[in-house]
Amino acid sequence: MKDWRTSCSRLSKRLRGRGKLTESDVSDALREVRMALLEADVNFKVAKDFIARVKERAVGQEVMASLTPAQHVIKIVYEELTQLMGGTQSRITISSRPPTVVMLVGLQGAGKTTTAGKLAHLLKKQNKRPLLVAADVYRPAAIKQLQVLGEKLGLPVFTLGDKESPVRIAQKAIEHALSHARDIVIIDTAGRLHINEQLMDELKAIKNTVKPHEILLVVDAMTGQDAVTVAEAFNEQLGIDGVILTKLDGDARGGAALSVRAVTGRPIKYVGMGEKLDALEPFYPDRMASRILGMGDVLSLIEKA
Amino acid sequence: EKTRKNFTEKIEQLITGYTKIDDEFLDELEAVLLSADVGIKTTATLMKDIRQAIKNREIETPEQLKPVLQERLCAVLSEGWTGMRLAPEPPTVILVVGVNGVGKTTTIGKLGNYYRQLGLKVLLAAGDTFRAAAIDQLEIWGQRIGAEVIKHSEGSDPAAVAFDAVQAAKARKAEIVIIDTAGRLHTKSNLMEELKKIRRVIAREIPDAPHETLLVLDATTGQNAISQAKLFSEATGVTGVVLTKLDGTAKGGVVVAIKTELGLPVKWVGVGEGVNDLRPFNAQDFAAALFTDK
Ligand SMILES: Nc1nc2c(ncn2[C@@H]2O[C@H](COP(=O)(O)OP(=O)(O)OP(=O)(O)O)[C@@H](O)[C@H]2O)c(=O)[nH]1
Ligand SMILES: Nc1nc2c(ncn2[C@@H]2O[C@H](COP(=O)(O)OP(=O)(O)OP(=O)(O)O)[C@@H](O)[C@H]2O)c(=O)[nH]1
Ligand SMILES: [Mg+2]
Ligand SMILES: [Mg+2]
Repeated sequence: MKDWRTSCSRLSKRLRGRGKLTESDVSDALREVRMALLEADVNFKVAKDFIARVKERAVGQEVMASLTPAQHVIKIVYEELTQLMGGTQSRITISSRPPTVVMLVGLQGAGKTTTAGKLAHLLKKQNKRPLLVAADVYRPAAIKQLQVLGEKLGLPVFTLGDKESPVRIAQKAIEHALSHARDIVIIDTAGRLHINEQLMDELKAIKNTVKPHEILLVVDAMTGQDAVTVAEAFNEQLGIDGVILTKLDGDARGGAALSVRAVTGRPIKYVGMGEKLDALEPFYPDRMASRILGMGDVLSLIEKA
Repeated sequence: EKTRKNFTEKIEQLITGYTKIDDEFLDELEAVLLSADVGIKTTATLMKDIRQAIKNREIETPEQLKPVLQERLCAVLSEGWTGMRLAPEPPTVILVVGVNGVGKTTTIGKLGNYYRQLGLKVLLAAGDTFRAAAIDQLEIWGQRIGAEVIKHSEGSDPAAVAFDAVQAAKARKAEIVIIDTAGRLHTKSNLMEELKKIRRVIAREIPDAPHETLLVLDATTGQNAISQAKLFSEATGVTGVVLTKLDGTAKGGVVVAIKTELGLPVKWVGVGEGVNDLRPFNAQDFAAALFTDK
């Protein structure tokens, strides 16, 4: 009689899972999540908001039978993180009236020029006719750098040298594209600090003159806490349409992806996976979520559950 | 046991009247450190220190918190600090390494300028034979500062460029040789091997060279800089850090962790793209800047 009762209650326990997630289950697990996010360079305010949201959702949820409460919390975290990162949107909006104008902006050394080459390569493979535009007149040999990339790709590079203003270069480039049947114009701009008013005004002037269809912010995946400030500033001043995350071929956990996404709400469109011109890949939110969390073992357990 | 400890702690706080420091100020302080990229581990250590200092009555009022922390940071960062090591007999060879886009080539231009201002003959070596127009970029810097640039063609062996540069420096009696290298991620072992080869070639020519191996870190970089510092150190024996792009809003606090964990000192900071935008590292200024809004 006694045996029957225990085995029965064990069974029903298994069927019902482990009961509901308590406040303390959730808090304990989220403490670790917070650590993981901060180690991955997610901005600490973004991490805080994120954790508050997960906590709200998690407390009181029924724990899945095959998971511990902690694992169940991680499952929720992973789902929320993936969702927050947005869907896969790896494309450039092509205008019905060519040329489609794409402008790359960002901090110094983020990877704009290389990414311009990579994008041109990708679009060329899709039977487009890109024109690369050298609108960085400041960095030593920036124009030459783009020309070398253009030559490698067999694509034209528009330049007026480094004595003309970037605004005029961009404007002339559009005229050139129209008269030479180039259907995509990719404008490489100089790296600049988000707090440099003069240079930010220059970007606004280019924007107002050529009305780009896509303004893409290029962000280094190794960026730390400041990613939020930078992305916010570029977005406020220019209204960005998307983000390209570079240098993900290293071991950076890439928390900047979450920070940037959280403060701009703009999709991450591509990721840079190397220095070569074919190293541009679509962005997968679930992979990024898992990379940021860095809890591979737990996540594979959860996948099976 | 836990409750009792909490209880006695609370009593202690009541007696000493530090309850206020504890919550608000400590949280605020933690936020300052975290947002400066100091990192969660180093921040936790520092906060523990601070709590201890409060107990020891080194810190008695909220106003004393920041200065004390600043002082500790300054002490950590300046411990064992030395300037650049120069060769007893010229030429001094400086190798510059780092991940992609952090500011190596620009730093070389600025550092070269620093030595030119001291009246020294400077030679630059275009050891980045990989990136598009990297050689042209260094040549423009060479012209700017009046330094000869030793170069081969794109795609050639960087170790051969380094060899030629050291030879040329000896022959032409240059005092300073600065070798540029291609940006590379620290996780790519074949590229790290390439750096080792450059070092070997240099050391064969001048036994105690390179006299300095500078790792360039971007102040915008977060915790990944620790991994960079670790792996570049293992591969190339880094002697110091150059922290670039401090003219932005990023604080570069990760160098605190790098100093604590790896003992690597910051030697220079980059504060702009111009030829004069390089400063010797000053721990006090740096620590103070961590606490100010830009
Ligand atoms: N490993 C890796 N390196 C990259 C990637 N994207 C760009 N790079 C490298 O990063 C460095 C900087 O790239 P650039 O394209 O010159 O960056 P930028 O934003 O145009 O730089 P500025 O014009 O000076 O602001 C170069 O060494 C590139 O080869 C990437 O996805 N992975
Ligand atoms: N604002 C600012 N920009 C800097 C600083 N140092 C370098 N830069 C800029 O950062 C960008 C990259 O600098 P480079 O010197 O080309 O970097 P690198 O490490 O040689 O790059 P790779 O050779 O491609 O790996 C350029 O646009 C520089 O002008 C600095 O201290 N402040
Ligand atoms: Mg560029
Ligand atoms: Mg370089």
